[in-house]
Amino acid sequence: MAAPIGQPRVRLPAQVRAGEVIEIRTLISHAMETGQRRDQQGNVIPRDIIKRFVARFEGEQVFAMDLAPAISANPYIAFPFKAEKPGTFEFTWTNDAGEERKATAELKLA
Amino acid sequence: MRGWRGAAALPAGAAAVLALAVAAALAQGGGEAPAAEPVRAIPDPQSGLEFTTPETRAIQEDDFQNPAFLWVEEGEQAWNHPEGAAGKSCASCHGNAAESMRGVRARYPAYDAKKGRVVTLEQRVNICREEHMGAPPLRIDSRPLNAMTAFIGLQSRGMPVQVDISGPARPFFDAGERFYNTRRGQLDMRCGSCHEDNYGRYLRADLLSQGMSNGFPTYRLKEQRVISLQFRLQGCVNDVRGEAPPMGGEEFTNLEFYLAWRAQGLPVETPSVRR
Amino acid sequence: MKTGPTTIRRRHLLAAAAGGVAIAALPRAAGAEMQPATTEAIRKVTGGKTPQEGRVTLRLPPIAENGNTVPVTVSVDSPMTAADHVKTVHLFADRNPTPDVATFHFTPAMGRAQADTRMRLGQTQDVIAVAEMSDGSLWMGRTEVKVTIGGCGG
Repeated sequence: MAAPIGQPRVRLPAQVRAGEVIEIRTLISHAMETGQRRDQQGNVIPRDIIKRFVARFEGEQVFAMDLAPAISANPYIAFPFKAEKPGTFEFTWTNDAGEERKATAELKLA
Repeated sequence: MRGWRGAAALPAGAAAVLALAVAAALAQGGGEAPAAEPVRAIPDPQSGLEFTTPETRAIQEDDFQNPAFLWVEEGEQAWNHPEGAAGKSCASCHGNAAESMRGVRARYPAYDAKKGRVVTLEQRVNICREEHMGAPPLRIDSRPLNAMTAFIGLQSRGMPVQVDISGPARPFFDAGERFYNTRRGQLDMRCGSCHEDNYGRYLRADLLSQGMSNGFPTYRLKEQRVISLQFRLQGCVNDVRGEAPPMGGEEFTNLEFYLAWRAQGLPVETPSVRR
Repeated sequence: MKTGPTTIRRRHLLAAAAGGVAIAALPRAAGAEMQPATTEAIRKVTGGKTPQEGRVTLRLPPIAENGNTVPVTVSVDSPMTAADHVKTVHLFADRNPTPDVATFHFTPAMGRAQADTRMRLGQTQDVIAVAEMSDGSLWMGRTEVKVTIGGCGG
């Protein structure tokens, strides 16, 4: 059974000018269990990872990432974005079991 | 004249011992002897941050990148969340943690007159849970307890560590000091074998720090989670191939008290990032 | 990030060597040997086409303090316009139990071709990134990271 996907954190810069390339940073609480570890009884701990991250702006996919077990626990993902207009970001993290965790953030222009 | 020259020729250490002996003799003459003020082997301690790589430092210095803040946020939620028979949350009694918890991490572990012993911050949280909230204690080094101490500890960030070892606390400090200085394990090492005699040198590829506790609880890159100081202490004892006492027990609690005194003056870095 | 990129131009290396500076991480030639599993994983994403060396920069610490949490930045030299942009970047760790680390899907909306994350490295090894451009061309970058074996196992 997959562990619940933890709390996400998302950060956009506070002051953004139109045309500026900003950095969007995300962090989510997750063990990223590789499936190669054993518990104290010697049983294999089943694989349980965040396998996909998608960032959409105004409904349009702008960045995505497929994750393998080689990504560290509590995945940190950051990427640039060219701010042309204000709008809403939606971020989705999906685990092996297909469960999703979403977060949103507003892009405001100065 | 002869006596004076003789004393001057003594090594500084011997002179200090003499001076202490004289002071002790004088104190005894006056009745109750106050415990001699302990002297730190490292008078100007350096944080573990000084012994880490630029990459690890960069993670600690950015509260967004620092994964320990996932724990801090969980601790903050728990702070405001009622639990137990009394229907209370931490906030019911302590209100806004930014005010009520400011400085708390810096002065813990501390002597508890009611318990008649020194208690760690973890134990203090559990005392509150059991006695005031009617909630079960949290397991030492468990995620919810580390989240709570990370959140409480953050409220003291930047404040100098300052524990009170005087009066009834002193025997617990002395016990911690004895543990610190006792050689143990198959490798027959005391804590100071690494953290006083060899800091700044490499143990295989690990740069030895001074073993300062001012950043705990810390996000440990190896563990990929927030760990408590006593979890790390168990690791240290295991490393010298000794048998580690239980977390939350008397021995480690006294040792944690002694370690806080060693780190006196260093700023609280909770929640730090260490390898 | 206070450390510089580990893909360093040759003249900088020479200058560093002349100055007596030790550099632990060096970019590797694209043709350098790889584990069969890595070769196979790369073949899968390239369809057997050989990527050209260049345009891809991997920034990692030359020496990782702990292999469980190694910060990595991958960037690709591209204008990121609708006509000319990076579509995907595949990240591999040559000597991990399985070489796959991540695949990034880029779009021109990003304005710049870059991604940051943190990865696990089981031992000292090469990290490899393969970028696929909108014109179908493939580019590759590669750098070595030393993963230290600590004395403090606890």
